[in-house]
Amino acid sequence: MGDIYLDNNATTQVSPEVVEAMLPFFSEQFGNPSSMHSFGDRVGRSLKKARRQVQSILNAEHESEIIFTSCGTESDSTAIMSSLKAFPERKEIITTAVEHPAVLTVCEFLEKDGYLIHRLGVDNKGQLDLEEYQRLLSDRVAVVTVMWANNETGTLFPVEQMAEMANAAGVLFHTDAVQAVGKIPVNLKQSKIDMLSLSGHKLHAPKGVGVLYVRRGTRFRPLLRGGHQERGRRAGTENSASIVGLGLACELAEHHIEYENSVVKAIRDRLESGILAAVPNSFAMGDTRNRLPNTSNIAFEFIEGEAILLLLNKEGIAASSGSACTSGSLEPSHVMRAMGIPYTAAHGTIRFSLSRNNTMEEIERVVERVPPIVDQLRKLSPYWKKDGPVSDPTQAFTPVYA
Amino acid sequence: MWEYSDKVKEHFFNPRNAQAIENADATGDVGSLSCGDALRLTLKVDPETEIILDAGFQTFGCGSAIASSSALTEIIKGKTLDEALKVSNQDIADYLDGLPPEKMHCSVMGREALEAAIANYRGEEWSDDHEEGDLICKCFGIDSAMIERTVEENNLRTMEDVVNYTKAGGGCTSCHEAIEEILDNLNGRRSEALAEMPPQELNPTNGGTATLVKKIRRIERVIDSIRPQVQLDGGDLELVDLNGSTVYVNLTGACTNCQLASATLGGVQQRIMEELGEFVKVVPASQAPVATV
Repeated sequence: MGDIYLDNNATTQVSPEVVEAMLPFFSEQFGNPSSMHSFGDRVGRSLKKARRQVQSILNAEHESEIIFTSCGTESDSTAIMSSLKAFPERKEIITTAVEHPAVLTVCEFLEKDGYLIHRLGVDNKGQLDLEEYQRLLSDRVAVVTVMWANNETGTLFPVEQMAEMANAAGVLFHTDAVQAVGKIPVNLKQSKIDMLSLSGHKLHAPKGVGVLYVRRGTRFRPLLRGGHQERGRRAGTENSASIVGLGLACELAEHHIEYENSVVKAIRDRLESGILAAVPNSFAMGDTRNRLPNTSNIAFEFIEGEAILLLLNKEGIAASSGSACTSGSLEPSHVMRAMGIPYTAAHGTIRFSLSRNNTMEEIERVVERVPPIVDQLRKLSPYWKKDGPVSDPTQAFTPVYA
Repeated sequence: MWEYSDKVKEHFFNPRNAQAIENADATGDVGSLSCGDALRLTLKVDPETEIILDAGFQTFGCGSAIASSSALTEIIKGKTLDEALKVSNQDIADYLDGLPPEKMHCSVMGREALEAAIANYRGEEWSDDHEEGDLICKCFGIDSAMIERTVEENNLRTMEDVVNYTKAGGGCTSCHEAIEEILDNLNGRRSEALAEMPPQELNPTNGGTATLVKKIRRIERVIDSIRPQVQLDGGDLELVDLNGSTVYVNLTGACTNCQLASATLGGVQQRIMEELGEFVKVVPASQAPVATV
């Protein structure tokens, strides 16, 4: 058995069919879709097809609601900045404390320019208080930007309901859905979501391509101005190969959505229950009854995530962690902190994120390999004694500048 | 993925002395739970010779924290306490063939555990003067706490000052936005403090019509205050001439060819202008008209 890749929320492998479909666009299909000749025309038709494929996975009303961008981050920035430009008299933004940096860092930056940022907190399961949200909605708010699914825990936010609430208050609603699209069914026609970001490389398309969905009639101001591409809403010559790849990847993901929510979910559940049964002092993070079918985030108390990842990597298992060390920052993941997870557990959180490429055999091997790794590190930990944590761990070991 | 040396990986996968010493004579607990690194060092010490007979560690932390702990115990075993105290965090990093800049704090933690354990053995109170901020300059491994302290202590005003005093921002320059933010924050705070002072005390040496000699003396004072920084980098700085508002200086040594030369001159110019309260231009003496040199 080869190495086991369980880091699909970071990025996915491009499907072989997608690679195949893209290749001609690096050679004979090189035309600029804006050109008047046949070279351009052929590429233009392929882009149209890709747009329909994306429209289909999103269940969007019109194909013109799909704007191709370079990535999820560009889509998020475009949505937020567009709303501020479109409603210049509105100086407030509502978001959550657990968003991806693609949203949070933009908000921090805007805060310095005098915008008032409301960051909705979460409970220990990672869920929002919708009453608090309701109270914040007003005609001073330019946009609400809330992720559909959390990248670290997979926890799903009730974005459809939140979009209804925003709509009733006359406020634009954007969702960063890069983790959700392709893993759960999306039906934008039936929703009040005004804008949605998705990212190609999270659903087996290549890196460097994304989409911003903008509902018809939504006030919109482009971030990149220049040529008339994407109906003037996103200038810049189209990344035709990647857009074609993204289109096919969406078609494949739509086709696999049932599989994702049955088979992938079942092997994720086996992974989680197997590890939790075998490892004492380990816990599943997030809202486990309301989350993506592919994600399991487990906290291993009293050890640190990077060390776990290095030992997993030695066993050929790839995952990720919310520890401070893996990011080079001084604090563990902002998502874990927002949920109020104690430091002794937050630093030891490991995210396993699956895809339709994973198998039950792989998962059985992970279930077998994880417990000895945790044991090995706990033997080194000042919080651990033979078979369990030292009694009253935070009292028994109190390092000087803790 | 971090670029860990083979030695770091080896000490992480096969840590040495990874246990609590039974009936230890000395214990040092250091680290920070919020940062995710904490270390307990236990020692067995010969009471006659003060030689460290055995050393053990328990670490809650990442790969390089565990490797640094392991390296520390290997380095100090067999040394006397006084010899062990000479082990620096750089020695620990060197023993491991280096650590990534983001991870140097792991070696610092090792050094501090050692200090804490020896203080514990000697019945002294060990207090930590360690302060750590976000890593700002990745080229030279300088964190926000260090930059803030230096800016405060030296009344630094400009990016050039920060580069000159701390080296932070002197490499790839991608951290300049973060440094500017620190400067804005601290200088904003400082100018608020200044605003509360009576205006005549704002800068008593500023303004007025200074004589030429007084002016030159003031310029020399500024240059003297900057020289030690330049000399630290193997260079030197001296005043050559003053012609109207143009200050000619000699910048020698390691600095002349480095990309910081202009930044250093810019920094000098800024400081002299602040001292004199008037505009001056600082240029290398080599650019002076022949007659004035």
